[in-house]
Amino acid sequence: MELIPVYLAFILILAIFLGFELISKVPATLHTPLMSGANAISGITIVGALLAAGAGGPSWLATLLGAAAVFFATVNVVGGYLVTDRMLGMFKKKPDESD
Amino acid sequence: MSSLWVNLAYIVAAVMFIFGLRMLGSPATARSGNALSSGGMFIAIVVTLLSKGIVEFHWIAIAVAAGALVGALASRLVAMTSMPEMVALFNGSGGIASLLVGWAALSGAHAGIGAVTAFTAVTVFLSVMIGGVTFSGSIIAWAKLAEVMPSGAVVFAAQRLINGAILGGLVVCGVFFALAPAPDSYLFYGILGLALLLGIMAVIPIGGADMPVVISLLNSYSGLAACAAGFAINNNILIVSGSLVGAAGIVLTNIMCKAMNRSLANVLFSGFGAVKTAAKVEGEVKPIVAEDAYLILEAASSVAFVPGYGMAVAQAQHVVRELGELLEANGCEVSYAIHPVAGRMPGHMNVLLAEANVPYDQLVEAKDINPRMPNVDVAVVIGANDVVNPAARDDEASPIYGMPIINVDHARTAFVLKRSMASGFAGVDNPLFFGTNTRMLFGDAKASVSALIAEFK
Repeated sequence: MELIPVYLAFILILAIFLGFELISKVPATLHTPLMSGANAISGITIVGALLAAGAGGPSWLATLLGAAAVFFATVNVVGGYLVTDRMLGMFKKKPDESD
Repeated sequence: MSSLWVNLAYIVAAVMFIFGLRMLGSPATARSGNALSSGGMFIAIVVTLLSKGIVEFHWIAIAVAAGALVGALASRLVAMTSMPEMVALFNGSGGIASLLVGWAALSGAHAGIGAVTAFTAVTVFLSVMIGGVTFSGSIIAWAKLAEVMPSGAVVFAAQRLINGAILGGLVVCGVFFALAPAPDSYLFYGILGLALLLGIMAVIPIGGADMPVVISLLNSYSGLAACAAGFAINNNILIVSGSLVGAAGIVLTNIMCKAMNRSLANVLFSGFGAVKTAAKVEGEVKPIVAEDAYLILEAASSVAFVPGYGMAVAQAQHVVRELGELLEANGCEVSYAIHPVAGRMPGHMNVLLAEANVPYDQLVEAKDINPRMPNVDVAVVIGANDVVNPAARDDEASPIYGMPIINVDHARTAFVLKRSMASGFAGVDNPLFFGTNTRMLFGDAKASVSALIAEFK
């Protein structure tokens, strides 16, 4: 049981290194979509929010806080992905002269 | 669904996030990468809803419907020029969601098992602290970007001392809270209040031109907040995704700092210090009118546009693209030179020009255009100032000395579109305006470019 924090920390460290590797070579053109796309991923906290809001436990406060968290995380997720998609839809390559 | 299957599905979601982020690294695959990552999110949400832990759905249904409506409307309606504000608000909503998850974990754990462990207390402390700083910091960043409050740096005496005291107070509250964790502890409310206060205090001393750094740093925090919330509820998918975002934000922050040749500490703690006084620039500005500017542009075989925040303010991106097309039709080679910190967030100019239908392969980074600059007939500076200031290269006494710039002064001719002779955000005189090859085209950027277009027609 007391090893659980260590396992979680293990996952944390590996994921941070992975993140650095993944992002290090992004062209400047894509900095904004990368940022808003990554921001949408940070809305993953919605999973925790759902678990809190739906636990049905005796704590009404936990349910209320969870529901508020679900609202904000949903704004983050839905808005973040849609706005990123909208931006990326505007990025066009120069039409090929030979076409 | 048993927790085994739920966790296996989380692995799939994590893999989709990872591939999605990687695909966001190339313009050709970015859109499908974003779709892939949203698919991962969808899977994570659906399996969570199917898990045994969730027995009550009505609150969830209401909150999801309301949140989805707000998010969808906001993302549809926002103007591209307001994108920095939008990103700041989304960062903030992610931050407060993580804060609330930490808080709920605290009161839920108490109601469930009667006692809160020290480990839970520490993780709740972290998620409330990081989430709170992200939330209030993002709100201040939004207010500065939307000019609800003055966008300049707010600096006052003993600022660092006060901020240090707030941080110290937070840590002390955190330690005592972890030693005697209780959900109704006044220490918890102290942590909550101090975290929100710290976010405000941390962002007010940062001026408008440093916003690209702040936005990417807050982006990183929103990931770290999710990560901390993941620790609070022992959830792997939150930890993995949160730290991916955290790392991505740090990488971007670092790129922005390098583009200004400043350390992160310098950006965060010293509002643009006027510590050194740069050499006063003396000389004569040479104004030009649209008709004469047209004659020079008409004869040019190579033109580089250098946009800055002023282009966003004037909403001039569409007319700039139109002028670019007219020049191309005239047999001229047109490129757009983008400085990494031009605008108010990383990639701000790129998004605006993409909106105006400028193909992304026409956009050039500073380090690629600079060697070619002596062969550029006309460099047209639109609402940029500090990023084209030769003092950053030549004048060791200048506060922005060492910042890589676009060498507009090396072009055969430079046009500077500018409202008036006010200095840039840094409050530094710009010798470019007095250069022998420089011509000033005074007026609103959009009006000036439109006047040039009218000359071409």
